[in-house]
Amino acid sequence: MIRLQTPLTEAAVRGLRVGQEVSLSGVVYTGRDAVHKYLHEGGLLPDGVSFHDGVIYHCGPVVMKEPNGDWKVTAAGPTTSIREEPYQAQIIRDFGVRAVIGKGGMGDQTMAACKEYGCVYLHAIGGAAQVLAECVRKVRGVSFLEKFGSPEAIWELEVVDFPAVVTIDAHGNSRHREILAHSQAELAKRL
Amino acid sequence: MDYTLESSLMNALFESLVELIRRTSAEIPEDVHRALLASLEEEKKGTIAESALKIIDRNIALAKQKSQPICQDTGSIIFYVDVPIGFDQLAFEKTCREAVTASTKKGYLRQNSVDSLTGVNDGTNVGPGAPTVHFHQHHSPTVSVRLMLKGGGCENVGAQYSLPLEKLHANRDLDGCRRVILDAVVQAQGKGCGPGILGVCIGGDRATGYEYSKQQFLRMLDDRNSDPRLDALEQDILKTANELGIGPMGFGGKTTLLGVKICAANRLPASFFVSISYMCWAYRRQGIELDADHAIARWLY
Repeated sequence: MIRLQTPLTEAAVRGLRVGQEVSLSGVVYTGRDAVHKYLHEGGLLPDGVSFHDGVIYHCGPVVMKEPNGDWKVTAAGPTTSIREEPYQAQIIRDFGVRAVIGKGGMGDQTMAACKEYGCVYLHAIGGAAQVLAECVRKVRGVSFLEKFGSPEAIWELEVVDFPAVVTIDAHGNSRHREILAHSQAELAKRL
Repeated sequence: MDYTLESSLMNALFESLVELIRRTSAEIPEDVHRALLASLEEEKKGTIAESALKIIDRNIALAKQKSQPICQDTGSIIFYVDVPIGFDQLAFEKTCREAVTASTKKGYLRQNSVDSLTGVNDGTNVGPGAPTVHFHQHHSPTVSVRLMLKGGGCENVGAQYSLPLEKLHANRDLDGCRRVILDAVVQAQGKGCGPGILGVCIGGDRATGYEYSKQQFLRMLDDRNSDPRLDALEQDILKTANELGIGPMGFGGKTTLLGVKICAANRLPASFFVSISYMCWAYRRQGIELDADHAIARWLY
């Protein structure tokens, strides 16, 4: 298990390899379909939100408002990342993202951007909304809540020991590509 | 017999439905949990497949203990309701919608329903086509309600094939069905939050094929198909899929699928569809039978 702390350095990110389990602490920003499309079309991040050396989490959490007005994340697993494939490489480049957390993996453009700009894809456990919500210790803020709705908003979350697996590294390796090729070959033997 | 729902019955029904939604969202059915624990035993120690399944198991326990959603994507809300002849379906459906909105306020469901034209999410989980309620009349005085919450990640990897399909050498026979079903497994990889469960319909039209494929998820995971041809195909697909090395979350490993359920429906001579629905490991389905006062008489899973 490799411990990661935000802000992430390029050296720390380039030190990671596909198949390693990591435990991330620090700040992550949620961002999914609406946010990616918005940034791709030239939208600006709100004041105080920076992805530089930071982490984007493909997640639409369940967030409840507590009686004292604080937000509490009650479910926060990853959403399917491949939908952001048309946008992710550009966002990694333009905003200096060091890690993208999601599930299901991403494609060749993202893999190339990870290699070129020093970024990794961290695969969280899909569906593990409670284990991952426990890792969220605080909601620091929210942007675009009205504009995009709660699941699509940018939530700024403080996380501790968030577990994930490196499945795309900064060296042009993708676990997803390897497993796809392996499984296709195994299936061909069984048809 | 008069099945028009009085307000006291409506209130009891509302409470029963909210409890059904809470439990479906927060508690994995026992048959699914057993299958997940068995797969955890199968995976090699020290692998990321094992690690993933351990997190899944911890998640199941936490969700139940906290009465919170197993997965934050609380999914398409699909009710299957068996009712006596003459039952007031309109009142029932209205109560269903109220129970869904109330359950969303309580956090059992995420604000998960978006206007497809405007992109607006009004936070109620109710709108055109949401939730879905399928009624089925039967010759019994009892009302039973089954609920499935099916997340978008697994819904997105569902697939419908039209046979013959030359590129997969799939003809209009059971071998052709096998080829396209296994192709769907390989295409899905880990994107549907495996280990998954397949519901398949051979035949039907484009709409009913998918509909029947989803209804297969109402079966118990460890049951066996009463049709020996479909039973053989189910067992074969399960065994073969688990030899492909896709594994939990697509990380690699022994458990790609937990189960395969297949049905057949008549088709037109011109059409031969194979419709495949994928259910994630967070297989949320429960059911209740109501008593005469519309309180929960018993749980169905």
